[in-house]
Amino acid sequence: MMSWDRIREKLQILSDAAKYDVSCSSSGSNRKNTNKGLGDTGSGICHTYTEDGRCVSLLKILLTNVCIYDCAYCVSRRSNDLKRAAFTVDEVVELTLNFYRRNYIEGLFLSSGIFKNADYTMERMVKIAKKLRTEHRFNGYIHLKSIPGASQELLHEAGLYADRMSINLEMPTDEGLKLLAPEKSHQEVAEGLGTINNKLTEYRNTKKIIKSTPKFVPAGQSTQMVIGATPETDKDILYTADAYYKGFNLKRVYYSGYIPISEDTRMPALGSQPPLLRENRLYQTDWLMRFYGFEVHEIVNDKHPNLDTQVDPKLSWALRNPDFFPIDINSADYKMILRIPGIGVKSAKKIVQARKFGKIYTYQLQKLGIAYNRAKYFMICADTPHSMKEPEPEIIRRNILTQSSSKFLKQDPQQLTLFV
Amino acid sequence: MIHYVFDGSFTGLLCCVFEAFEMKEKNIRIFWDKTYQPTAFDQNRVIYSDQEKAQRVWNGFIKRTDSIAKKRFYFAYLSENSQTFQHLFDMAVYVFQHKNNVAHNYGHPDVLAVAQMAKSVSREKHRMEAFIRFKKAADGLFYAIVNPDFNVLPLIQRHFKNRYADQPWLIYDKARKYGIYYDTETVEIVNLTFNPMTKNSDSNLPTLQINDEKEALYDQLWKDYFKSTNIVERKNTKLHLQHVPKRYWQYLNEKQ
Repeated sequence: MMSWDRIREKLQILSDAAKYDVSCSSSGSNRKNTNKGLGDTGSGICHTYTEDGRCVSLLKILLTNVCIYDCAYCVSRRSNDLKRAAFTVDEVVELTLNFYRRNYIEGLFLSSGIFKNADYTMERMVKIAKKLRTEHRFNGYIHLKSIPGASQELLHEAGLYADRMSINLEMPTDEGLKLLAPEKSHQEVAEGLGTINNKLTEYRNTKKIIKSTPKFVPAGQSTQMVIGATPETDKDILYTADAYYKGFNLKRVYYSGYIPISEDTRMPALGSQPPLLRENRLYQTDWLMRFYGFEVHEIVNDKHPNLDTQVDPKLSWALRNPDFFPIDINSADYKMILRIPGIGVKSAKKIVQARKFGKIYTYQLQKLGIAYNRAKYFMICADTPHSMKEPEPEIIRRNILTQSSSKFLKQDPQQLTLFV
Repeated sequence: MIHYVFDGSFTGLLCCVFEAFEMKEKNIRIFWDKTYQPTAFDQNRVIYSDQEKAQRVWNGFIKRTDSIAKKRFYFAYLSENSQTFQHLFDMAVYVFQHKNNVAHNYGHPDVLAVAQMAKSVSREKHRMEAFIRFKKAADGLFYAIVNPDFNVLPLIQRHFKNRYADQPWLIYDKARKYGIYYDTETVEIVNLTFNPMTKNSDSNLPTLQINDEKEALYDQLWKDYFKSTNIVERKNTKLHLQHVPKRYWQYLNEKQ
């Protein structure tokens, strides 16, 4: 075994280089420990949180940060003068197993800079996953990046060992990507995602007939876009997300606020604040699309190409559509209740269950865990007095904002307007 | 008002419900004998734990409700909280007074209180599954000492058994003074005494003093990883503390 210091240095370099990939999900797989091996997957666990508040669920590392590409937004680009390192296959395997056995992690997230060529890189990544699964009977979570341009055979083999695979779109539009990474294209990403998605469908269909069909990327695919490096609108970003969710059955789209890493006139200057508020609003919208039955064009469109920074997208939609409200929680459909600002999926379900036993009054609703001070403008309970006139959306907005304690509103107003 | 005094066990709690219906009594307060203080004005009765009576109550509860309600009832019980005991008792009475399943009437104060406490216990269970850190002893045992808010060891046992099927492990609750030990075949409840003057009563249990030679390396590597995976420009202490409240830092080697 090599010296402590060298392995420590490698881990520091290769985890530092991998941290801008924000995906850390370890859920959605169904790999069970049936062979009395090590590990079991389920709904995913965050084992710790970094000081930036992000979940740490997987050992997220690059196999190497040596890269033949020179993408302007990437810290590992070949023209960047920094320390390079590479793990051996066995080092990654040992790190994963030893971290997992101590309950530090749910599994491995393995990405890599591209050395020599796509296939050469992908082959080594597959080797690691294969070794973990077959030699060590490891049933923990494995997320493998598909290297764009790798052969179909290699991607296919990777899918037999990985729980999730992903390729990053990097920039929300192809033009944006071309600007910063002329060697890359969305077309290439679509091909890679498409290869895995077609195989997924094939395996799923076979499984219906032959039960013993092996698992193939059981937690599906995901992608990531960098936000704020290029001048796209929120509409551009969300329409791309929507198209990829629908076209490739993606499980997740991640939005990663750009953190300036170099002096490059094409992008925000070093030291500019990462667009955290914007990122947050995009995730909120993403949730509305996936769990709340909203269509993307209801939230962003030509008239409203950017998300409201003052209030969340659900409230923003409600204020723009006063005709939908107020909603009577004692009679409305579950889907309509979900549209009330301040009521989430769990509370909406509780309301629908509870009202079977009698009408719901305000005092009961307040205890259910909803954001009552926001919801009250948009709904009617059994004892809500009949008001003569609905308040104007602008008044509601002002009332909610004065009561609100959002951390973003306390920030420098400069930042709020920067990315609008 | 009548005081029922029981032994704090799940069986005992269910027997209180049995007693109330058998004696057709109302306005009952139930108390854990460990903390009970009699008053001059109320009559009290000791309720003995009887497996058979408890089983009858439990079967009836399951028949009238569903698997979610059943799970919540047990989870809330593990809070070992005296107020929750009362809510559980009152909820059970409420359930037995109705033929239909009323266990999801969140407009009812006891149903809601039980659901909320079950959620708290479930959260603590999840935190133990997330934040427990094993150390590897020289003889191969992976061990962790914990101090959970609620009695969650019975709830996390299956998770750890499924996950670490090929390694022996021990999780010890230092406040409740018992642990769960897995020998790669079955999980057993163990009671340890850390008194150095007496020989460990359970000789099957390995000693915990000496760690595996590589334990310090992986501990260090994990701390390094935790540090380098952080993005300094995104520092958000409030969010960090919300996810990892300070009282859990005792478990996390990366926070030490």
